[in-house]
Amino acid sequence: MPPEPRPPGRAPIAPLAGIAAVVVVLGGAFAYAGGFLSPSRLSPVKLVNAFGQPASDALGHRRNHAKGICFTGRFDSSGQAAAISRAALFAAGASAPVIGRFNLGTPVFASPDDSVRVRGMSIDIRPNQPGEWRSAMINAPIFPVSTPADFYALLLASGSKDQGAMPRFIAAHPGFAPFGAWATKGPWTGSYAEERYNGLNSFRVTDQSGTVRTVRWSMLPAAPVQNVDPATLKDAAPDALEKEITDRVTAAPQRWTLQFTVAAEGDPTADPSKPWPAGRQTIDAGTLVVDKIEPEADGPCRDINYDPTVLPDGMTTSDDPFPAARSSAYAVSFNRRTAEAADYPRTETYPETGGTSQ
Amino acid sequence: MSAVIVATGRFSPIQRALHWLMALAILAMLFIGVAMVSTIAPAYLTLVSIHKPLGLAILLLVIARIVIRLRRGAPALPRDLPAPMRLAAGLSHLAFYGLMLAMPLLGWAMLSAADYPVKVFGLTLPPIAPHSDALHTLFWNAHRILAFAFFALVLLHLGAALFHLLVRRDGVFQAMAPGIGEPGA
Repeated sequence: MPPEPRPPGRAPIAPLAGIAAVVVVLGGAFAYAGGFLSPSRLSPVKLVNAFGQPASDALGHRRNHAKGICFTGRFDSSGQAAAISRAALFAAGASAPVIGRFNLGTPVFASPDDSVRVRGMSIDIRPNQPGEWRSAMINAPIFPVSTPADFYALLLASGSKDQGAMPRFIAAHPGFAPFGAWATKGPWTGSYAEERYNGLNSFRVTDQSGTVRTVRWSMLPAAPVQNVDPATLKDAAPDALEKEITDRVTAAPQRWTLQFTVAAEGDPTADPSKPWPAGRQTIDAGTLVVDKIEPEADGPCRDINYDPTVLPDGMTTSDDPFPAARSSAYAVSFNRRTAEAADYPRTETYPETGGTSQ
Repeated sequence: MSAVIVATGRFSPIQRALHWLMALAILAMLFIGVAMVSTIAPAYLTLVSIHKPLGLAILLLVIARIVIRLRRGAPALPRDLPAPMRLAAGLSHLAFYGLMLAMPLLGWAMLSAADYPVKVFGLTLPPIAPHSDALHTLFWNAHRILAFAFFALVLLHLGAALFHLLVRRDGVFQAMAPGIGEPGA
C-alpha cells in the first residue's frame, strides 16, 4: 500500500498516542517477564539474600557452604554404571581428573569447624572429552524440605530474630522431622574423610539403548568411620577439620565409592526430603580418589561453580525442582563472589587463630 | 506536491526476511534473558537451554546479515529527513549491529571466564576467554547492562518505525516492511 503523506495542518495526536501505547505495553511486558512487577516471585537474589550472610564476612566467598578446602584427585569408573548411563565417564576403564571441595554448610566463612552440622563434598569430574559432571553433596541423609519455596521459608525462619519462628516452621512442615532428628541426634565424625556424602536430589540417567531411569547417588567413604561426641570437637582448633583432612590425605590418598540408587516406580523422585524405600537397586559406579588438599584461597576449586545441572550426555535433571533452583542461586553467588575477588586475596594469610598452616 | 518526500527503495527480500526473523529472535532472547535470571523455578533451566542456542543462532545470522548489508547496502532515507533524525537512524543501526555481535560473544565469553561448559545443540563449545574472576565480572556486567540498553534501543527503534509509518508516512517503514510488492510504485 503506498503511503499517503499526511495532509498538513492536522496534529497527529492519535498516531502518537498509539505509538506511545505500543512502546509502553512492550516495556511493561518486559518488566513483567523480569519479575519487576512481581515482588512475590522467588528470585535467586531473594533466595541468596535469605541466607543472611553478614556483609563483612561475605565478600569474595560463596553465599552458602562458605568455608571449604580444595581437593584434587581422580574418578576411576568401575564400568558398572555404564548399564544405566551412556555418559563416557562411567565406561569401563574410564578415569578422569577431579577438582573438588570439602565444605561446611554455613553462610559464615569465619565459622569454627566444630560449629557446623552439615558437611559437604563438591566434585567436578573433568574428562578430556566433553562430558563434564559437577555435583555438590552433603552428609545429611535427607534434605530438610520438599520444595525450594519451603527452603526459602526455612531460611527466613532460621534467620528470624523471632524465637517462635522455627517452632512454627517445624509445626507447619512435618516433613522437616527426619532431618531435624538427624541434625540433633545423628552421629558426628571427626573427619571429612569419614563422611558419607549424599546427592539427595534425583536425576535421570539414560543408557545406550535410550532407557531412562531416575537415580540418586552417594559417596561412601572407604575410611573407617569413628563416631565422636560433638562436645569433644569444640576443644579442637577452629580449622581442625581442614588440618585433619590435609594431614590424612598427605599421608595417604582417601577414597569414596560413588553409588547410584535406582528409583522404582512410584518412588518420591521430586522430593529430596523423602527417602526411597530400602532395598532399591544400587550400582557402584567407581571410586573417587582424593590425593591432594589445597587451601581454597589459591586452590583450583575456588573459582568453580559447583552447579548440579552441569551434566554429561547420559544424565539430565528430573522432576526434582531443586537442581534448577540451585543452579539459579549458585549463579548469583558466583557472580557476586567473583566480583569481590579482591576482598578474598589469592595468597591467603591465615589469621593466627587459624589452624591451617601455610 | 506533497509536504513530505517519500522514499521509494526497499531492502532486498533476504534483508527483510533476516530483519524480521532476527527481530523475533532478539525480542525472545531479551525476554528469556530477563525472565530466566528472575526465577528459581524449573523454568529457569528451560529458559537457559533456549537462551544459549538462540544466542549462537543470532550470532551466526548477524554475521550473514552484515555481509549482505555491506554488499547490497540500504535504500536511501527521504531527502527531507531532518539531519538529527538521519544521524539518529545511522547511529542506532550501528548500535544494533554492534549489540547483535557483542551480546552473544559476551555471553559465551562470560561463561568461558567462569570455566562453565557452554553446550548448544548437544555440542560443547570451546572457551573463548581464559578462566578469570576479573574477566568474568567484566563480561557479566557488560552482558547484563547492554541487555537493558539493547531493549531500550528496540523500543526506540519500534517507536521510530511507527513514527515513520503513522506520522511522517515517508516510506521508511515500508522499506523494511514484510510482504512483496513495491510501495509507492
